[in-house]
Amino acid sequence: MTEKDWQPQATLDVLQRRAELLQQIRDFFARRDVLEVDTPVLSRAANTDPNIDSFVIDYAGPDSPVSGQLYLHTSPEFAMKRLLAAGSGPIYQLCKVFRDGEAGRMHNPEFTLLEWYRPGFDHHALMDEVEELLNQLLGINVAFRRITYQQAFIDTTGIDPLTTSVEQCRAYSIRSGPGDVTGLGENLDAWLDLLMDQVVVPTLGNTPVFIFDYPASQAALARLSANDSRVAERFELFISGVELANGFHELTDAGEQRQRFLSDNAQREQDDKPGYPIDENLLQALEHGLPDCAGVALGIERLLMLLTGKNYISDVLAFPISRA
Amino acid sequence: MASYNTNEFRSGLKLMIDGDPCAIVENEFVKPGKGQAFNRVKIRNLKTGRVIDRTYKSGESVEAADVMDTEMQYLYNDGEFWYFMDPDTFEQHGADANAVGDNTKWLKEQDMCTVTLWNGSPLSITPPNFVLLKVAETDPGVRGDTSGGGGKPATMETGAVVRVPLFIDEGELLKIDTRTSEYVSRAKEE
Repeated sequence: MTEKDWQPQATLDVLQRRAELLQQIRDFFARRDVLEVDTPVLSRAANTDPNIDSFVIDYAGPDSPVSGQLYLHTSPEFAMKRLLAAGSGPIYQLCKVFRDGEAGRMHNPEFTLLEWYRPGFDHHALMDEVEELLNQLLGINVAFRRITYQQAFIDTTGIDPLTTSVEQCRAYSIRSGPGDVTGLGENLDAWLDLLMDQVVVPTLGNTPVFIFDYPASQAALARLSANDSRVAERFELFISGVELANGFHELTDAGEQRQRFLSDNAQREQDDKPGYPIDENLLQALEHGLPDCAGVALGIERLLMLLTGKNYISDVLAFPISRA
Repeated sequence: MASYNTNEFRSGLKLMIDGDPCAIVENEFVKPGKGQAFNRVKIRNLKTGRVIDRTYKSGESVEAADVMDTEMQYLYNDGEFWYFMDPDTFEQHGADANAVGDNTKWLKEQDMCTVTLWNGSPLSITPPNFVLLKVAETDPGVRGDTSGGGGKPATMETGAVVRVPLFIDEGELLKIDTRTSEYVSRAKEE
């Protein structure tokens, strides 16, 4: 604690810019008849993604689960899909999400997501809409580049991520990348993440780039491609090296979704992390029928950083975690 | 063996890297939204001064370096070692030329310095920010010129060469900033 810790870290004009940005986003979706929704921050189930950790909350009141524990959501995805399955049509949400352990230049353990879903869209149609939205918000008029994960990787490293091995990635990292990294072991996806983040992304330049068709092992909640089951219909958007958005042509198969939850939890166990209760409500909604749709989540603070030229997420937050 | 988790990484933290004591200069947490988290760090090797980049998987632990900064009094130099004494324990430590490096030019007997000990032996020394040194040699002072403009080189009693104002004479006691090697003011004998 210092004497200045009570004061906001972001300047007032950044906070005004944030308010303006949120208004512009709401206008964009209002014009397109996409409904703004609000779903709970607390849930009795959690996101099982092995690389995302949830905050656990004690709850003792009525309707408390047997465990007495609830989880802060890490994205509003599960609840929004339940609305889609109930026939909501296109929806969006602006909300705070929470991820334990994530704090740094580009991370704060609570941050704002814009998340939206488009029934009838695939990931390419949704990329078009992300591109339209960001051209408006950033006040630019440029065509975003689109490149597959495989091509981006090969162009920069010569390594084909769909056929590579831990050995090849490690050898490349030692020779031309950030070196050997202890603890990654035989986890190929972790090696791919390392090279993607530190070798490939820095070469993408300032023009916005969509990287799409991620390795199936990194599908998260995206469906696998019908043409090539080695890849998933997932995309990410990078602008000036900043990972800004992540989207899926959504998985709608309840059986496969359950399988992924279970294998996520198995991976968490291997990593000595707690497993999480899987979201039976979501699985029931998928069984009932999720319309064919695509969805995307976009980090509002990172967008605000781009808009205001700030290099630290703490400079666009009124009270970052160090002053929370 | 003490160790630090990557969550505890911050600049100044002392770690053992490849068998050498190092200090973190810069630590950055990086993580793809749905991927593995890493700590990208810049590390200064405290023996060589070289700065290198390292990447760690977040959550890993790294061995701590037993490095301590202690205030000690400089005693004398015997041609091979510079001797420092801990004023509390009266324990003496000999620092070799490697540890003292370029700082020998600021060492005046009885001055307090920061001695960085690694496993109990001097790894490096940091002179006080300000030292009082006598001028051993310089061109004769120009009387009345107190403008401070221009200046001339002066060799101090310890061998350091400092740019001083024209009015300074040999034998005068000066206050010098060791971080910038700059003249600050004339000083009185304490």
